Amino acid sequence: MNHTEAEPISEITWAGGPSPLAVNKKKLGMWLFLLSDSVTFSCLLIGYSYVRIASPDWPRPFEFYPAIVKATLLTAILLTSSLTMVLAVHAAHKKQRARAVKFILLTMVGGILFDIIHITEWINLIVNEHVTPFHNPWGSPLFGGAYFGLTGLHMLHVTIGVIYLGVMAWGFGTQRFAAEDVEVSGLYWHFVDLVWMFIFPLVYLINVVPK
Amino acid sequence: MSAREEVLEHHVEGHVAGTTRLFLWVWVALLFMTGLETLLAYEDMTLLIMLTLLMGISVIKTGFIMSYFMHLRFERMGLFLMIVPAVVFIICMILIFLYPDSIRLMHMQMR
Repeated sequence: MNHTEAEPISEITWAGGPSPLAVNKKKLGMWLFLLSDSVTFSCLLIGYSYVRIASPDWPRPFEFYPAIVKATLLTAILLTSSLTMVLAVHAAHKKQRARAVKFILLTMVGGILFDIIHITEWINLIVNEHVTPFHNPWGSPLFGGAYFGLTGLHMLHVTIGVIYLGVMAWGFGTQRFAAEDVEVSGLYWHFVDLVWMFIFPLVYLINVVPK
Repeated sequence: MSAREEVLEHHVEGHVAGTTRLFLWVWVALLFMTGLETLLAYEDMTLLIMLTLLMGISVIKTGFIMSYFMHLRFERMGLFLMIVPAVVFIICMILIFLYPDSIRLMHMQMR
């Protein structure tokens, strides 16, 4: 892409250049979306924390195995998929197309693994423990709604991310998309990872079975 | 290369910042902090201290992810200033409105 044709460089009289923040419009758009999405998750997490602190009968059902081990594993999987994503972006900028696509596919594998393990966790809670969004056998009925709402919205983000990355892998592999587009999809993926860094302690770690 | 050409170069080419080695170190640090959080969950302490410690570590993890994985450290300061302070401000405002009341309710039930 040649920006000099659209915006003659000679007309620039300030150090900001054609783009004051030195990011392309897609990247800026993604950052603004992530800003709004982070406020969405903040509201949900803070609302949840409010009832968690205020409810003395809040359920603490998570055993070390399987729940906490699984949740820690999920965190490690997301962090690893973030690493492969950042390597994909790195390779894309260096014009190593095949390597970038390989790393995007690895990132997708991480996302799919995350979904599968998380769904087994959901099935265990629904089928074996009889937890629904409105009822659970242990205490405050808000537990189900908060748990399924928070982790469900996050799982939706992961699933959308896997689809988004699939489109990116195809598009970058067939030269339809540029390295910048891979970088923008990377931002989304890292954000999904970032949100989990708060869901993991708030939903799982402070609700471990008391000694 | 003049400053103007550098600006153009930067804009057109994008940038390759950070090395594989750096990203691996960040990944190791993040995994370490995750393990630390899991260990902390089994320590005996009050809910508020536990929350403060866990959220403290999570904010550090977020800092690492945004700085290195999301490349914010290698971007212009303007982008950082446009995004981060606004979110931090909003979160602080929600916390100020809600937390004193949830803690009050917790203490009422303890008595």
